[in-house]
Amino acid sequence: MSDKKIFLMKDKNIFLIKDKKYIIAGLAFFIALFTFPFWYNSGKAAPGPEIKLTDMAKEAKECVMPTAYMRAEHMQLLDIWRQSVVRNSDNIYVNPSGKAFTMSLSNTCLDCHSNKAEFCDKCHDYASVRPYCFDCHIDKPKEIK
Amino acid sequence: MAGVAVLGIGAKPVLDVLAAGQGEVAGSFKLQKGEGALNAKQWAMVIDTRKVEKASDLEPMISACHKIHNVPQMENKNHEIKWIWEEEYHYAFPTATSRYMNEHAEHIPFLVLCNHCENPPCVRACPTKATFKRESDGIVMMDFHRCIGCRFCMAACPYGARSFNFRDPRPFIKETNKEFPTRMKGVVEKCNYCAERIAVGKLPACVEASNGILTFGDLFDPNSAVRELLKSNFTIRRKQSLGTEPSVYYIV
Repeated sequence: MSDKKIFLMKDKNIFLIKDKKYIIAGLAFFIALFTFPFWYNSGKAAPGPEIKLTDMAKEAKECVMPTAYMRAEHMQLLDIWRQSVVRNSDNIYVNPSGKAFTMSLSNTCLDCHSNKAEFCDKCHDYASVRPYCFDCHIDKPKEIK
Repeated sequence: MAGVAVLGIGAKPVLDVLAAGQGEVAGSFKLQKGEGALNAKQWAMVIDTRKVEKASDLEPMISACHKIHNVPQMENKNHEIKWIWEEEYHYAFPTATSRYMNEHAEHIPFLVLCNHCENPPCVRACPTKATFKRESDGIVMMDFHRCIGCRFCMAACPYGARSFNFRDPRPFIKETNKEFPTRMKGVVEKCNYCAERIAVGKLPACVEASNGILTFGDLFDPNSAVRELLKSNFTIRRKQSLGTEPSVYYIV
């Protein structure tokens, strides 16, 4: 090794030895601070939302598609519906079991699920998503507006 | 931990669906037209202005349209939203006026709306394809979800048929029709030739309320009601020289 390199290494060692405790303390403090939200909230996960179905929805038993699909993919379904109705003027949706529905968020979905606050909002709030569907599509509250 | 919990309810059903074969579940649906839907290659309208005498003859058509489509009534003229309205001859047909004119034409109000042009300039201007000429029936439609409110279409439209929502329109809608969505602040809107009514076999609301002044039909069907009228009457269109090929014809 050249003289220059040895000098540099020495220099570094001196630095480490001198400030070791500060560096370790600082690191520990940083890690504690960074992971604070995780251990502070551990074991306190909010329970999943309990959504209420309207009598009409209960009576229908199944939605347009199976519940699991609707729960996970209703936004994709609505996307297909919009594309089809607005761009292709096809407004009837025939589901795999052969049942036909008019593709309309306002008039089909919200007709059955007329309890937006207890159905849509519950999950959306829990998942912290803010879809802007209802800026235009009018929910139909059975009670007061 | 909230994020993990969301994954808990969000991802599991997705996985279940995937396990069941997503293609099976999502792929086997069918999209089709309603049974009673009206069909045409290019919808068109003929307005018989000979039957119009005064503004009150047009009023029922305007209010029928604005009511069912949740068009707000803005107090500020600069914020005005209109789908169908009345216009003086000189403004409606600036390229077809002369100094001394037929008194009837000069004094009656003309009903004007989106012309659903065969060659629509607004469609060419739209950067997001929020407005488009629908292949299936020639309606110049708007997908409000896609509109970014740039208003290029308003600049491009030579007929002033488009209005911009400078404010949230909801507080200005007197009677809300819950069957039809409202719009939100920041989007452009215009007449949609009642696409939602045609899809269920009804004529446009203005035509229904017109008491015979308006006729609606397929321009490309030589035997349609509009073509019959065009054959037997002299008609004009707005700013024809621009080459937009409006599909609203006026019998004068």
